[in-house]
Amino acid sequence: MKLLQHRLFWPVVTLVLLLAVNAAVNSSFLRLAVRDGHLYGSLVDILKGAAPLGLVALGMTLVIATRGIDISVGAVVAIAGGVAAWMIGGSLVIHDGVSTYVSRFPMPLAIVCALAVAALCGAWNGALVAWVGMQPIIATLVLMVAGRGIAQLITNGQIITVYYAPFFFVGNGYWAGLPFPFLLAAAVFLVMAWLVRRTALGLFIEAVGINPAAAHLAGLPARRITFWAYVFCGLCAGIAGLVVSSTVKSADGNNAGLLMELDAILAVTLGGTSLTGGRFSLAGSAIGALIIQTLTYLIYSFGVPPEVNLVVKAAVVFAVMLLQSPEFRRTLAQLARRPLPAQEATR
Amino acid sequence: MSADLSLQAEPRSLPSAPPRRRRLDRKYVPLLVTVTLFCAMAALGSVMYTGFFSAQVFLNLLIDNAFLCIVAVGMTFVIVSGGIDLSVGSVVALTTMVSAALVQQQHWSPGVVIPLVLCMGAAFGAVMGLLIERFRLQPFLVTLAGMFLARGLCYLISIDSISISNPFYSAVSQLRFPVWADASLSVGAVIALAMVAIGTWAAHYTQFGRTVYAIGGNEQSAVLMGLPVRSTLVGVYAFSGFCSALGGVVFTFYMLSGYGLHAVGMELDAIAAVVIGGTLLSGGVGYVFGSLFGVLMLGIIQTLIMFDGTLSSWWTRIAIGALLLVFCLLQRAFERKRT
Repeated sequence: MKLLQHRLFWPVVTLVLLLAVNAAVNSSFLRLAVRDGHLYGSLVDILKGAAPLGLVALGMTLVIATRGIDISVGAVVAIAGGVAAWMIGGSLVIHDGVSTYVSRFPMPLAIVCALAVAALCGAWNGALVAWVGMQPIIATLVLMVAGRGIAQLITNGQIITVYYAPFFFVGNGYWAGLPFPFLLAAAVFLVMAWLVRRTALGLFIEAVGINPAAAHLAGLPARRITFWAYVFCGLCAGIAGLVVSSTVKSADGNNAGLLMELDAILAVTLGGTSLTGGRFSLAGSAIGALIIQTLTYLIYSFGVPPEVNLVVKAAVVFAVMLLQSPEFRRTLAQLARRPLPAQEATR
Repeated sequence: MSADLSLQAEPRSLPSAPPRRRRLDRKYVPLLVTVTLFCAMAALGSVMYTGFFSAQVFLNLLIDNAFLCIVAVGMTFVIVSGGIDLSVGSVVALTTMVSAALVQQQHWSPGVVIPLVLCMGAAFGAVMGLLIERFRLQPFLVTLAGMFLARGLCYLISIDSISISNPFYSAVSQLRFPVWADASLSVGAVIALAMVAIGTWAAHYTQFGRTVYAIGGNEQSAVLMGLPVRSTLVGVYAFSGFCSALGGVVFTFYMLSGYGLHAVGMELDAIAAVVIGGTLLSGGVGYVFGSLFGVLMLGIIQTLIMFDGTLSSWWTRIAIGALLLVFCLLQRAFERKRT
């Protein structure tokens, strides 16, 4: 019974169910093989595909825990990808008969710059929310609208293709047999989990989310905590931007990270973190991202167009929202006790 | 929305009676700023670019943004009530898709299809409103799910664009009403102006409109005053859905096609237009007339960038973002003075 009460119970059950359905539809789904020293298989693909979304969702979790929301992450993904792709660029140079790839700027510098720009975007959001006192959804809406323009400005309105091979490792590489994006996301997750559970930071964030005024009166630097949550969220989106642009070996200011903010919010909600702030679960958000990726995979394996995914996602959001609503649960409880006309139940 | 996501969830202190007059004047400040800024930009364009100062250029602002204007009218009501509707762009796309599929592929008469899609939009909004009101769900999330659903339904109908060759649709899209010498308005623009007029009337002279303002001011008080809060909230989202569907019908006339990728991101443009038009996102204050100017403002930025020729189209988005920021900051200053 205690297991049922655990907050991660339902997310994990959902994930396992989805995996089971996948395995039933596709017999080779659970098969893992080692080729060239790497793990291959559908499960590995899911881990790899879920990494960018997982990264964004982890950052978003902290922001949502402070009672905020960041709808600009998709644009930040595009900006970071654009900066990295522009700075690396790369071209094939044949020197003394040996062809080598040359980047415009050194790759570490490009990566640091891309992450710095992403953190700056987060800082901009954080400053507007924490110090100017704007509503989070509106403060980040500004960057969401302008951010796509900025991303297109960086890429000059075109899709920049990257030809510098070492950069591809970020999105496509393998390390110790596992895909590098997954390891990256796992590392971020572990660092965050250590920070919020082994230091007082997690407690502070929850305190700010539950009641900012009370947290301030209790002596917490509530505004500073809120500010840094947004900076961190921007940084996470930046890392995701690097992974995305490296995976597709290009940067598209218009379409990179499109609707990612919504997927990230969905992942966080699926993981059991309430949008009203306060208690949060990093592991839940990670599982949420895996659920979304598994769902996408399942829809692909049915052979229907991926756009139909949206309908399924909508159904999932409706179901999760209704289950989280106390009013709906009360209505259900009433229905269980004395059956009402059927039309009430379907609402 | 604001009550759940913002840090300013505490109820505002009740104003004392004497300084009431002055505050009333201040309510119009954002609207005044918008109108002044619009005139300034129009003057700037007229001085800088030859051919800018003509009646048709200004009427084109309305013709090219008629659908956005109609959607913004519905959005104004939602935001005044303290909520938000993210599904409008998708409902516009769904309307174009359903219209195109029924008219072009099923050969239905436009006289049946148009009322049908309008009812569909209103019903879509009403269901979302019902969920928000009955189960106390966050408007942001419910309409987000609605957005996914409507876009997904588009793709269920067809992945590709369906172009419309129905004679009625082509005739309407060509129809122009002369206004001034050579200048003329399209059917969509006339519908948009009519919706602004209806919206203004509904907001200020009907029980529904006054209740919306009361809910936005303070929902608890509105309940205690005995106002029909629940039915009005459902009505607000149904109205927004209806406006989106009407916007979609106008968009169908404008594009003569149905496509799942139509009107991507329009919800953001509509919210931006409403905010620029002087509606407070915390609810309770706003004008439908202001939203018209918000839409025209977005239009004139586009026109200025087009006339300039050297700036690329993505500067439009950056300019809109900057403008949105300025108006939000203005609102913050305004709210601080009020409390």
